Amino acid sequence: MNRSFARLGLILVFILTACTSTPLNNPYPAEEQEKNVLYSSFSARPKHLDPAQSYSSNEIVFTGQIYEPPFQYHYLKRPYQLVPLTAEEMPHPIYLNAVGEVLGEASSSEEVAWSIYEIQIKPGIQYQPHPAFAKAGSGEPLYLNLATEALEGIQKLGDFEETGSRELTAEDYVYQIKRLAHPKIHSPIFGFMSEYIAGLKELSQTLQSVVSKEQGFLDLRDYPLEGVEVLDRYRYRIKVKGKYPQFLYWLAMPFFAPIPYEADQFYAQPGLVEKNITLDWYPVGTGPYMLTINNPNRQMVLEKNPNFHRETYPREGAPEDEMAGLLADAGKPLPFIEKVVFSLEKEGIPIWNKFLQGYYDSSGISSDSFDQAVRMTGNGDTALTDEMAEKGIRLLTSTAASTYYIAFNMLDSVVGGQSESARKIRQAIAIAIDQEEAIGIFQNGRGIAMQGPLPPGIFGYLEGEAGINPYVYDNVNGRPKRKPIAEARRLLTEAGYPNGRDAETGKPLILHFDATGSGPEVKARFDWIRKQFDKIQVQLVIRNTDYNRFQDKMLKGTAQMFQWGWNADYPDPENFFFLLYGPNAKAGKNGENAANYANDRFDALFEQMKNMENSPERQAIINEMVDLFRHDVPWASGFHPKQFGLYHVWYGNIKPNLMANNTLKYAKVDPVLRTQKRQEWNKPRVWPLLVIAGLIFAGTLPAVLTYRKKERET
Amino acid sequence: MITYIIRRVLYAIPILVGVNLLTFILFFVVNTPDDMARLHLGMKRVTPEAIEKWKADHGYDIPVAWNASAEGIQKISETIFFKKSVRLFVFDFGFADDGRNIGADIRERMWPSLAIAMPSLIVGLLVNITVAMLIAFFRASYIDTWGIIVAVGMMSISSLFYIIGGQFLLSKMFRLVPISGYDEGINAVKFLVLPVLVALVGGIGSGTRWYRSIFLEEIGKDYVRTARAKGLAELTVLFRHVLRNALVPILTGVVVVIPLLFMGSLVTESFFSIPGLGSYTIDAINSQDFGIVRAMVFLGSVLYIVGLILTDISYTWVDPRVRLR
Repeated sequence: MNRSFARLGLILVFILTACTSTPLNNPYPAEEQEKNVLYSSFSARPKHLDPAQSYSSNEIVFTGQIYEPPFQYHYLKRPYQLVPLTAEEMPHPIYLNAVGEVLGEASSSEEVAWSIYEIQIKPGIQYQPHPAFAKAGSGEPLYLNLATEALEGIQKLGDFEETGSRELTAEDYVYQIKRLAHPKIHSPIFGFMSEYIAGLKELSQTLQSVVSKEQGFLDLRDYPLEGVEVLDRYRYRIKVKGKYPQFLYWLAMPFFAPIPYEADQFYAQPGLVEKNITLDWYPVGTGPYMLTINNPNRQMVLEKNPNFHRETYPREGAPEDEMAGLLADAGKPLPFIEKVVFSLEKEGIPIWNKFLQGYYDSSGISSDSFDQAVRMTGNGDTALTDEMAEKGIRLLTSTAASTYYIAFNMLDSVVGGQSESARKIRQAIAIAIDQEEAIGIFQNGRGIAMQGPLPPGIFGYLEGEAGINPYVYDNVNGRPKRKPIAEARRLLTEAGYPNGRDAETGKPLILHFDATGSGPEVKARFDWIRKQFDKIQVQLVIRNTDYNRFQDKMLKGTAQMFQWGWNADYPDPENFFFLLYGPNAKAGKNGENAANYANDRFDALFEQMKNMENSPERQAIINEMVDLFRHDVPWASGFHPKQFGLYHVWYGNIKPNLMANNTLKYAKVDPVLRTQKRQEWNKPRVWPLLVIAGLIFAGTLPAVLTYRKKERET
Repeated sequence: MITYIIRRVLYAIPILVGVNLLTFILFFVVNTPDDMARLHLGMKRVTPEAIEKWKADHGYDIPVAWNASAEGIQKISETIFFKKSVRLFVFDFGFADDGRNIGADIRERMWPSLAIAMPSLIVGLLVNITVAMLIAFFRASYIDTWGIIVAVGMMSISSLFYIIGGQFLLSKMFRLVPISGYDEGINAVKFLVLPVLVALVGGIGSGTRWYRSIFLEEIGKDYVRTARAKGLAELTVLFRHVLRNALVPILTGVVVVIPLLFMGSLVTESFFSIPGLGSYTIDAINSQDFGIVRAMVFLGSVLYIVGLILTDISYTWVDPRVRLR
């Protein structure tokens, strides 16, 4: 009988392995095996794919490949540089004064009342194939006036038999800018942009009065927008209030990508929204990829847009790019990859294991898998572990244009304000919180301790000695060394709190820290923060709450200390310093200055700096602002996270670009090498099946024998 | 029986109203419409005007449960509670906060949930009953003792352990099945092997113990003694007589969960990336999407009530003495 079981097991295993040349644990169809496909994952389904609405990074990973704003970031050059995408060239703003007279380029912000941007797009760019453009033989649109019965067999966009395309025009860009003001679309940047684009607020009010809940398609071409106009088929003009050079960065985001009115009209038809067929889920763009499968519950698939216009891989980059092989494909037409498959993965363990098995082409590194992937070298640098190196995996790191910080509420009566006593308390705390230790413990060393509000890579950030915060660090051989804790105690004593007690009343100094989070790691983090305050004998009460309550406290300005963060919208110092600009306070003004920091000099410098071109003059102003920030200490401590990415050997042309969101078109894979590696790494181990079968047999045998014995006895 | 069913359906209405009310209160104690708007509009650059617009567009700009400024019946009908609840009773679940049709999503996502839950239930039932019967057959022997020890041990282990352990062993170590994922049609099979196996192994402990106790209770009865006295083989006694009489308590536990299989498993679906209704619910809670949370709780309550009615009906099938009036 033993032999029979073994044979059965072997036959089963043979059938399982012989039927297919793909590994048994391959989650993808066998026919895709050697195709030019990139595999990636997403952890949360995107909420919006409408470029007027989508703002989250998990949405822009899709919209960035589909929609094409007029400009983009150069893939390789650093510092980040804007280059034309669908535009013919980068526009030079024309500055006007209040009476409409043209001013010189060097005019000050006070003089400039309006900035005019005239953008010319390239002719001949076609939209992806889409039913909204489909036409009958007579030239009439096929699907723009659908009767209810015509929708009976339609469950998804692909069910429409006919598709069409048309040329991209300037009007499509203007149409999309008007959509930012549409009251039903809830664009997150409408409030902000209405402060700049002339007439946007007024257009919103007009549309509000027109839109009723029952109304379907609202043709925005019929509603003029003062500040945005079509000049001809390929040219449009945007009129921006004042001098705002950062506006060009916004024009590189999908918010300013074109939307054809046909798409709006198509999706507004009754019956489609009930089937989840909306512009929010089925984008229509001119980009290198189009979304062909949109099942946010399982899988999203981007496929090469057959109508994609000619764009080639950059011919120049940073000096080190040639050595890294990043210019080997210079001048070749984009995109390189035919199809990108994003699979929904909610947990980190499956993502990591699939990456190691070769089923994902790249991966981040979670804390759980950090030790398996990365080791620290003797000089404090990071390197791959032997296991990863043997697989040919590459590690690429980059410092994010982000800042995570612990801040004081400057409206607070104890730690806030500009009094010398409060400032010394803040400074003492800034010294006491050992950010380097926190990065080591909680980020596996993946971060840079903050010296000022600007992260590396942003204009104004100073490297080396010049960049050291002298209030918190000592300069030791050109490197920052945190001041001794005795210095923090001295400052606290000077502030009137010797040994953490009020010199007059003898009462202990008790501070409150508002935070949000859950899980075991959060508790460890809180314990660590408490320990930092213990060093200066200040008692810290941590008030952990849910995010809604936390937001509420921030809006009311009732928190004393808190943790917050910011990811840059664009690589300009203005996008960080505005977090400290007085009129932008969170409390009462709903701005992004969560610390409610207000310093007249700082605000004046900000107003001067924000509209300047990058220049030594701007650097000088930034230096003064950073000095003020360090002196006033509105933020106690913080760090700029470092991003670690792992890439398989078959995945090429990768250079982390934290600003661009359309980088998939530059990537390439070697599917043959991938298949070979997958087969090598995923050979099934069949002996466990035999062991299990044997165990079941061994466990059942006594029972069968006993049963037979019993039966014979009765 | 028809009268009985109609009566039970009518009883269900106040229960569903109560469940809906409770969901509503619990949800809005934690989240205000402003919180929901802030979460959906994103963390950056959200203005108070944008929040007000979002609330108005999604029907959250009216009082939560009592409209003091309205007249007559509108004091109740012009509230978030009334407007969001009344359509549920005709199974119109409306739209999620991201604009997707909840009904369409539920129809799409219930199949993956069923694809795991049905085989897990059927195979689990067969295995558990067989193992329990085996242990009952060898009652008071070392097999019984060790069977119970192992069962208690297995039921004491968290389901998460089985999931992670299963993924580690079968996918990572032995490389026999994909670690996670899902596909449609026949291609789904390779993705279902592991979650079904994990559900099976994770359920053996408690299932075996439960069925063993039922079988032991039946085995001690007179009709079993009579059957044995007639000279029937022990297996015949167990599977033909004991099992049939044990069906009433088995059905109590099984039929009631059948409709709930549509609802999916929160943890399993998340770990295996199965796009079912369990993960749909978890996502909705995390994103504070009241529309989905309310729809799923309502659907769960309806299915539970349906399960209870089916259980009652199934009693009449296995025990002819039972009559529903």
